[in-house]
Amino acid sequence: MSTDVTAEGGHGAVPTGPEVPVEATPAASRRDWPLYEVFVRGKRGINHVHVGSLHAADDEMAVHAARDLYTRRNEGVSIWVVQAADITASSPDEKDPMFAPSGDKVYRHPTFYEIPENVPHM
Amino acid sequence: MSTPTVEHSLDEAAFHEHFDATIAADRRIEPRDWMPEGYRRTLIRQIAQHAHSEIIGMQPEGDWLLAAPSLRRKAILLAKVQDEAGHGMYLYSAAETLGADRADLTDKLIERKQKYSSIFNYATLTYADVGVIGWLVDGAAICNQVPLCRSSYGPYARAMIRICKEESFHQRQGYELLMTMMRGTPAQRAMVQDAVDRWWWPSLMMFGPPDDDSPNSAQSMAWGIKRHSNDELRQRFVDMTVPQAEFLGVTLPDPELRLDPETGHHRFGAIDWDEFKRVISGDGPANAERIARRRAARDDNAWVTEAATAYATKHAARKHSA
Repeated sequence: MSTDVTAEGGHGAVPTGPEVPVEATPAASRRDWPLYEVFVRGKRGINHVHVGSLHAADDEMAVHAARDLYTRRNEGVSIWVVQAADITASSPDEKDPMFAPSGDKVYRHPTFYEIPENVPHM
Repeated sequence: MSTPTVEHSLDEAAFHEHFDATIAADRRIEPRDWMPEGYRRTLIRQIAQHAHSEIIGMQPEGDWLLAAPSLRRKAILLAKVQDEAGHGMYLYSAAETLGADRADLTDKLIERKQKYSSIFNYATLTYADVGVIGWLVDGAAICNQVPLCRSSYGPYARAMIRICKEESFHQRQGYELLMTMMRGTPAQRAMVQDAVDRWWWPSLMMFGPPDDDSPNSAQSMAWGIKRHSNDELRQRFVDMTVPQAEFLGVTLPDPELRLDPETGHHRFGAIDWDEFKRVISGDGPANAERIARRRAARDDNAWVTEAATAYATKHAARKHSA
């Protein structure tokens, strides 16, 4: 496990490929307002999606600021905010143990199975 | 800062190779990826300047909020100025993914250690300027920004997508405002022409120095941070704008402007790069005023952020003891 498991500004737990991370610069804002990651549900029926980040003094302010900043044009029906420091993210250098096992399990995909074309509705 | 620690099995050359391969394949670089220090520095510089431009850009138009000619125009202008603040925030957020600190960037702007677009150092003299800024300045910004939606750095590209969606409103409200004035009195039409005369050349300067005098461009293009050269984008803007000016019924203040039938592009006169250099390095009509107001916003409102911090701390302590 990497020592650095927090999300970085604006990025939450976005998987980032096989690259090796640089050491994170501590985001010690002089004003001591924590960094929040913002997730917005665009409309009913779809997931919340990460849209960006902001600084706020507390959770409630973060939700209000997120509304002003990320939903000025009906972009959302629901907002989640979470402190970036509270996100545990997979680290790019864990690529092998984390994601490699799915690479050789081709039988998990429907295309693995050969079915004659004249079988209907398959 | 970006030196990989020893336990990593790959060495720096291998990281670099992987980075280059990612760029070559036109894939995106994401925050936790290894990246050359120059790439990181260039991005922080560019994104910070861009963010500062959005924030300072609130001022020239903000000056007209209390003097808007109707409630409709006032509501539109408020929404636009609020958008500029939002654009600044998206960009600071992207800069933070590179390890920059937002408060520190603001300090650097106020101390003039970082720049912002030269265009915002010109004053808005009449309400026609609001329309011309939307049409020309935001039009030029769109030319610059649309290709940045494919920038190689993921967070920057995503911020630009969001911004570009909103810029279209900015440009259209400006053009509509000008069409309205052009249907008005001779005095109103003269105001529009006067604003065009003052903003045309500074708008062309927004694309930056010519390609043969743009030291950072080649490397930025190789890294996929920029996608087109300054001169290419400037040409695209001129070609786009000429028919819009004709439709509007205004004259662009350049006697040398004409269509070159061979290339299909408009040729235009020489840009006063001395003026550009003067304005970008602090000696434009409104530089001092812009920075002074930004400084006052930071310092005079510090008590608000301190109060919010105190409130949050008190409530967190109460929650903890409950």
